[in-house]
Amino acid sequence: MYQDVILDHYKHPHGRGLRPGDAEVHHVNPTCGDEITLRVRLSGETIEDVSYEGQGCSISQASASVLNELLVGKELGDARRIQETFLELMQSKGRIEPDDAMEEVLEDAVAFAGVSKYPARVKCALLSWMAWKDATAQALGESTDETARKSA
Amino acid sequence: MTHIPGLLDTEAIRKDFPILDRVVHDGKKLVYLDNAATSQKPRQVLDVLAEYYERHNANVHRGVHVLAEEATALYEGARDKIAAFVNAPSRDEVIFTKNASESLNLVANMLGLADEPYRVDHDTEIVITEMEHHSNIVPWQLLAQRTGAKLKWFGLTDDGRLDLSNIEEIITEKTKVVSFVLVSNILGTVNPVEAIVRRAQEVGALVVIDASQAAPHMPLDVQSLQADFVAFTGHKMCGPDGIGVLWGRQELLEDLPPFLGGGEMIETVSMHSSTYAPAPHKFEAGTPPIAQAVGLGAAVDYLTSIGMEKIARHEHAITQYAIQRLQEVPGLKLIGPTTAEDRGAAISFTLGDIHPHDVGQVLDEQGIAVRVGHHCARPVCLRYGIPATTRASFYLYSTPGEVDALVEGLEHVRNFFG
Repeated sequence: MYQDVILDHYKHPHGRGLRPGDAEVHHVNPTCGDEITLRVRLSGETIEDVSYEGQGCSISQASASVLNELLVGKELGDARRIQETFLELMQSKGRIEPDDAMEEVLEDAVAFAGVSKYPARVKCALLSWMAWKDATAQALGESTDETARKSA
Repeated sequence: MTHIPGLLDTEAIRKDFPILDRVVHDGKKLVYLDNAATSQKPRQVLDVLAEYYERHNANVHRGVHVLAEEATALYEGARDKIAAFVNAPSRDEVIFTKNASESLNLVANMLGLADEPYRVDHDTEIVITEMEHHSNIVPWQLLAQRTGAKLKWFGLTDDGRLDLSNIEEIITEKTKVVSFVLVSNILGTVNPVEAIVRRAQEVGALVVIDASQAAPHMPLDVQSLQADFVAFTGHKMCGPDGIGVLWGRQELLEDLPPFLGGGEMIETVSMHSSTYAPAPHKFEAGTPPIAQAVGLGAAVDYLTSIGMEKIARHEHAITQYAIQRLQEVPGLKLIGPTTAEDRGAAISFTLGDIHPHDVGQVLDEQGIAVRVGHHCARPVCLRYGIPATTRASFYLYSTPGEVDALVEGLEHVRNFFG
């Protein structure tokens, strides 16, 4: 589960820290207390920045770092495709062996394939991605029922 | 290994627990240190459960056939055993619930529905503590929200104990009920019952004690506690899950109204109104967890045959050893009392900046089962400014060798994330 790529991102996170954004969300994983505050800045259809601050396990923190590396600079359509692919991989319960096509989309994020075998940790890996989806929807003025989620 | 006085014959005891022989993750011997979450079950309990379903299964208090009578006798016999186990003055004071949470919710709801002098309403106050399990926080928050009562609590000292310095301002003439945990599931602290009960009695407040982490580990005597209600759960004390206990003083159980309505809890029913059965049945609506109660009775027999004093002494010795060994691990910080005095066998800690989830996962890879997270006591984590802890918790079958395995495992964790 702890691939070197994950440990690298954990020890040397990309783009960490909060910078100006169009929307901010705070998401919590109530089962373990992982938390993330995440901001999205858009310029038309382009993601100019995803900034974040959080605390949590290596999986949740590394995942946010990978997200930043993958999504910043992308068009929204491409970013959504990456997010959906990552979600599919994480919900696969270890049954998806990433192929070349998936690896091309997910880059470093394929390292999380092993995490999908651990139901208790899938939420850690998805925390920042769900926060990004939520923040993007808010930045675009779409309604969302996931805002201001509170811990149980 | 150095000789540690007070230990039980764990080699013999462990033979009673088939699951402790399991190997996990390709040949790693299971080291089960998550006993505060749930205990393992001895063969003696598993056999009784199987025998109940294979030979005696029927609904209780209803049929006149032989199985119904046997099932009823076993179910009510379990009540006798629990009553003796906690030294209850009367067997009718033992209410079966599904867990400690339900027991505590039952008390909170009874007090919200009660007439004077027990009624909790907008002019009254409820007192809890900052070290409660969520199951002894949320029911009182709900009651306070519904009734307008004020919820107050004791804070914690830096060394993981209750701060009772302002007890006279916290428990006042307005206080109707004081509910607190006897042994903390996250800090391990054993709380000073007498001081709290004395003050509660001065102002005429009812006392509710959450004994979930006490009943499995030490002699529990509801009469010497002088509480009005005591709640605990079966699965943490070698019993099956799905069975909990609420002990309550008889006169209170007579006076207080039922919460759940249904079969079993009635005397007569017409379409206009009903009258209720006497306690404990008044509080046991519907078919109860019969096999689970019988299983808990067997668990109590098992624990009694070993001796609760001896179990407490064993755990004290293990706790002392574990605290000493854990403090040798660089970067490890205990969250809770740092000595074994007035302390149970649940030991929480942080390990440098390594998140508890990562600690738990890498320990698991070595076959060591601990609990990570906020342990359903998030206010404690907030109080000490930490997101979560790793918790190792011991029981009657835990050995010094398992403590050593944990310490070695933590060294591995440090190297992995260091």
